[in-house]
Amino acid sequence: MGQARRAHRSSVIYEVFRQERKGQPFAHAGSVEAPNDAFADWYAREEFGRRGESVALWVVPRDSVHEISEFADELERNYHRVDGYPLKEKLREARERAGTAAPGDR
Amino acid sequence: MTAQEQEFLDYVQSGGQVETSDWMPDDYRAKLIKFIEMHGNSELMGVLPEREWILRAPTLQRKLALTAKVQDEVGHSQLIYRVVEDLGKPRDECLEDLISGKSKFHNVFHYPTKTWGDVGVIAWLVDAAAIISQKALLKCSYAPYARIMKKICWEESFHILHGRDVILTMMNGTDEQRELVQEALDRWWGPLMQFHGNPIAAEEDPMYIWRIKSQGNGEARQQFLDGYVPQIWELGLTVPDPKLRKNDNDVWEFTEPDWEELKHVVTGHGPRTQDRLGLRRTARDETEWVRRVVLTEAA
Repeated sequence: MGQARRAHRSSVIYEVFRQERKGQPFAHAGSVEAPNDAFADWYAREEFGRRGESVALWVVPRDSVHEISEFADELERNYHRVDGYPLKEKLREARERAGTAAPGDR
Repeated sequence: MTAQEQEFLDYVQSGGQVETSDWMPDDYRAKLIKFIEMHGNSELMGVLPEREWILRAPTLQRKLALTAKVQDEVGHSQLIYRVVEDLGKPRDECLEDLISGKSKFHNVFHYPTKTWGDVGVIAWLVDAAAIISQKALLKCSYAPYARIMKKICWEESFHILHGRDVILTMMNGTDEQRELVQEALDRWWGPLMQFHGNPIAAEEDPMYIWRIKSQGNGEARQQFLDGYVPQIWELGLTVPDPKLRKNDNDVWEFTEPDWEELKHVVTGHGPRTQDRLGLRRTARDETEWVRRVVLTEAA
C-alpha cells in the first residue's frame, strides 16, 4: 500500500480540452490523473470521446497550463475598450446640429 | 461570518461562480467536498446493483448496453473524485472513507435487485430522479463541478433511454413480464420518493444557501413526479401510493415518504449496504496489483 501511495503521488494531472465539431473552439472538459502521457491519452479517450461526442481532444499536463487572471490597467487605456467610445451621446448631438432625425424616426 | 465571507456569500447568491484557485470560505470548501464526494461515491456504488445483471441480461444487446452504462457511471465517479481531489481530499482517502462506512452514498444503491424488472426501473426512474438533481447542478457556484455535470447529464439521458426501452419491451411482452415490472415499481417507489431528501426548505438548506444546489429537495421531487408519473400511468402501471394525485394548484400530493427508513439506510443499515461495501473492499484489494504494475511500468 505504501508503495502504491508513493507511486500514486508520482502521477500527473492532465487537463483535457474537447472539440465538439470541426471548426469549433476547444473547451475545457475536465481532468484525468495518469502516470504518463500514454495513459493520459487513453483515459482521456475513454472519458471524453467514447460516445462520439468529440472530434478532437487536447491533453495537457496541468503544470504546462499558464493561467493569467490579473489584468491591471493602471493607465486607464480606455481606447482599448468598447466603453472608450461613447458614440450614442455624440451622435445625438451631431444629429441635432445637422437637424436630422434618427433612422428609425424617419 | 467575516466581511470577506459575507462578500463571497453575496457573490454566489447572485449567480457568481468560483474556480479552484479562487479564495473560498472553509465552510464552503467543506460543504463542497462533502456533497461532491457523496455524489462520487454514489456513482461508484451505483454500478454494483447493475453489475449483478451483466451475466444475466436477457440478450447480447442488453448485456452490452448494461456494460456500457456501468462504464459510464464509473467514469462519472472518476471525474467527480478528481474535482474533490482538487478541493483538497485525495481519491485514496475518499475510497477509504467509503469502504470503511465513514462517508455516505445514495439511498437507492443500498437495495437488492430481485428481477430484470428492477434493472429497467433503476435505469429509467432512478436515473430520471438523478438527472433532475444533476441538472440543478449545472448552475452550481463551483464551476469545475458544474462543467463536468454537462457530460454527466448527457450520458444519464442515454441511460434513461435504455431503461425506458427495457420497460417498454417488457410491457409489450407477456403478462408475466408486465407483472415483473409492476412488482419492481412497487419495490422501488418508496426509495424513489425518498431520493431527493427530506423536505427542508431551500432557504434553510446549507447546500442551497451556498448555491451548490440550485433548487430545494421538495421542488426536485415535484419535478420528478411531474415528469414521470404520467409516463408510468400511460403504460398501465399503478403507482403504489393511493394518495398520489395532482391537486388544483398543480402540486402533487403524496403519502409522506418514510424519512426514518431513509436515515436508517444511508447510515449503513440498508438491506445490501454491507454486502456491497464488502464487494468494493474486495475489489480494491484484488486490483491493488494492477495499480502497482501500471504505476511501476509507467514510471
